[in-house]
Amino acid sequence: MSGRASSSSLSLWRERLFGTPFTGFVTVMLLLGIAWVAVPLLRWAVIDASWRGTTRADCAAGGACWVFIRARFGQFMYGLYPADQRWRVDLAGILLVLGVLAVVLAPQRLRLKLGIALLVVLPPLGIWLLAGGFGLRSIETREWGGLMLTLFISLYSSLIAIPLGILFALGRQSELRVIRLISVIFIEFWRGVPIIAVIFLASLLLPLIMPGGIDIDRLARAVIGLGFVIAAYMAEAVRGGLQALPKGQREAATALGLTYWKATGLIILPQALRISLPAMTNEFIALIKNTTLVLVVSILDLLGIAQASLADPNWVGMNMEAYAFSGAIYWLICFALSRWSRSLENRRRL
Amino acid sequence: MDPGFPLHPPGTIPCFRSKLEARMTNLLAFINDKRVRDWFYQIAVVLLLVGLTVFFVRNASENMLKAGIASGFGFLWRTSGIEVPFVLTGYTQADNILALFWVGVANTMLVTVIAIVLATLLGFVVGIARLSSIWLVSTLAGAYIEFVRNIPLLFFVLFWYFGVIAALPSPRQSLSVFGVAFLNNRGLTIPLPDGLENLRLAGGIILACILAYAVFAVWARKRQERTGRHAPTLRVGLLLLLALPLLALAWAVLATRWDVPALRGFNYRGGFVVIPEFVALLAALVTYTAGFIAEIVRGGIQSVSHGQTEAGAALGLRSGQVLRLVTIPQAMRVMIPPLTNQYLNVLKNSSFGAAIAYPDVVSLFMGSALNNTGQAIEIIAMTLAVYLVIGLAVSALMNWYNARIALVTR
Repeated sequence: MSGRASSSSLSLWRERLFGTPFTGFVTVMLLLGIAWVAVPLLRWAVIDASWRGTTRADCAAGGACWVFIRARFGQFMYGLYPADQRWRVDLAGILLVLGVLAVVLAPQRLRLKLGIALLVVLPPLGIWLLAGGFGLRSIETREWGGLMLTLFISLYSSLIAIPLGILFALGRQSELRVIRLISVIFIEFWRGVPIIAVIFLASLLLPLIMPGGIDIDRLARAVIGLGFVIAAYMAEAVRGGLQALPKGQREAATALGLTYWKATGLIILPQALRISLPAMTNEFIALIKNTTLVLVVSILDLLGIAQASLADPNWVGMNMEAYAFSGAIYWLICFALSRWSRSLENRRRL
Repeated sequence: MDPGFPLHPPGTIPCFRSKLEARMTNLLAFINDKRVRDWFYQIAVVLLLVGLTVFFVRNASENMLKAGIASGFGFLWRTSGIEVPFVLTGYTQADNILALFWVGVANTMLVTVIAIVLATLLGFVVGIARLSSIWLVSTLAGAYIEFVRNIPLLFFVLFWYFGVIAALPSPRQSLSVFGVAFLNNRGLTIPLPDGLENLRLAGGIILACILAYAVFAVWARKRQERTGRHAPTLRVGLLLLLALPLLALAWAVLATRWDVPALRGFNYRGGFVVIPEFVALLAALVTYTAGFIAEIVRGGIQSVSHGQTEAGAALGLRSGQVLRLVTIPQAMRVMIPPLTNQYLNVLKNSSFGAAIAYPDVVSLFMGSALNNTGQAIEIIAMTLAVYLVIGLAVSALMNWYNARIALVTR
């Protein structure tokens, strides 16, 4: 049995790779090309690489020096966060995961209430855990960094972006002309300008337009700036869902005597958000990728830490190792999310 | 049928109500009127926005007064004193800040336009390869797309700049491109023409060819609609759009004296140095955007149903004609809107150069000029206006084109 199965899969592969003489020729040429690239890469990354040790001197094999990543792993994850306080970051992460699990596993009728309760409780709790105060040692945001900061900025920016995006998407569909105009201007303005300029803008303008004496933390500025831009993109993602709903849904809700907000909250949004969830996930992926731009206001997220670690005189010439490691983490996160969003989309289509 | 409750609540029956009650009912009717409510909400939102704006502007002007910054655009005529390593407009340090602004805009446009052209080419190649019937080709294209799309653009910018270009050999061991251009860790040195007359003439010839082709195409279509006779559009097109321009260009290149860079001491003299920041930014933009364009191309081609191709073949069109007359026009209709978005993304993403100090409008104007003058609001407004104006213009152009090629439904 198994022999027949493998022979049929073998013939399938033969058909795929060498179906016609031309296919075979192209396949062979490409395989040669792949080998030409992959063999040196594999030698560098695995065979000749140094894995054990603590200093630069342990990397004598000529391949990749993964010792560097080991030595700096804590920094890549937490930035300059004090080592004895890192449990707080871990705890915040664990609470987040537990919260998401609780919402997913909760029975249907409790899910919404639990979700809203957690949305109210978790974000301030997270900030308290990370920043300290009220009994915890306070740690300034300039010491935060690494992957933790990437996730922090992405999550808190989307806490601004998603509600704002939904509001402006509704505003764009509204029959009130002034509201529609304001929404369109907001969305098109933020979508039209580069995110890097927005981060500059937030870090320069926010302190300027606040009453004298109020100082906004520079990390908060970046989060607010990113939140506004992503809100505009989120609004477009939600608009797709709103437009996909038949007009009869709102008309039926209105005919039942629901007010605008009741109809929106009970009938329109539950359906529209489900449709636009894949698009919103894609915007979230874009947000994670754009988080790297905080580098320009010298906030060091994962990529920023990788870049900053290149300046260490004890570890000269570790460019490739730092880029490979940070790039791989970004790729894993974004790839997993994009697969998830695609599976959501396929499930909806079926 | 008795509904079980009075149809009119007591007191609302017109003939029994008092004057006060009548007024109350009128007021209630007024408050509950949908038009009145709509206006009320809109006015409330506008008032809120105006209030916020006034609050922010007052704070800003107070803070600026404290910092001793005079608002207004007068600072644009001050001498800039900022040295720029990559200038296309003939700017020098002695020029004013407005000139610096235009240097930034020109650099942004340069990298954007070149990146768009190259990314479109690479994206089409990868997108068509993704649809190839050869398994390994489509798998490789798919791997490229998944790799590029899931990594931040800034990663590529830094990688190309600090990972690749910094690792290139020094000028003495430059990589030579046909002996006229040299790539090393100080950038790409390309030859510069001594005079522009011949090149200008060639440009004129090319423009004339394009015009002639346009006239010919219009005439050919009109004649075909009238008489049904085909004109050799493809052959004339090849002649006018490819052969003649290439000949003109070749003649101009050969007839012009070129200042070919040559190694003197430790670096190249002569020619024009394309700074490494430009090369890194361009490479990053092209490799990254190509992944997105490839997906658009794949989607566009797949959106044309197979029946269209078969119907074209059944009408007796050759496979090239099917591609040209049936598949591509319909695929373009699907591809144009997302392609426009990608092109605008390239424009916006060109600002990523600020991270490696490529002198684009963000890093020159929002960075250096703002640091020197402190005119935050004016400078930010001007910089954002550049992107918004170009973005609106491109959107308008693409909307017009899109409307022209859109499906006509009667």
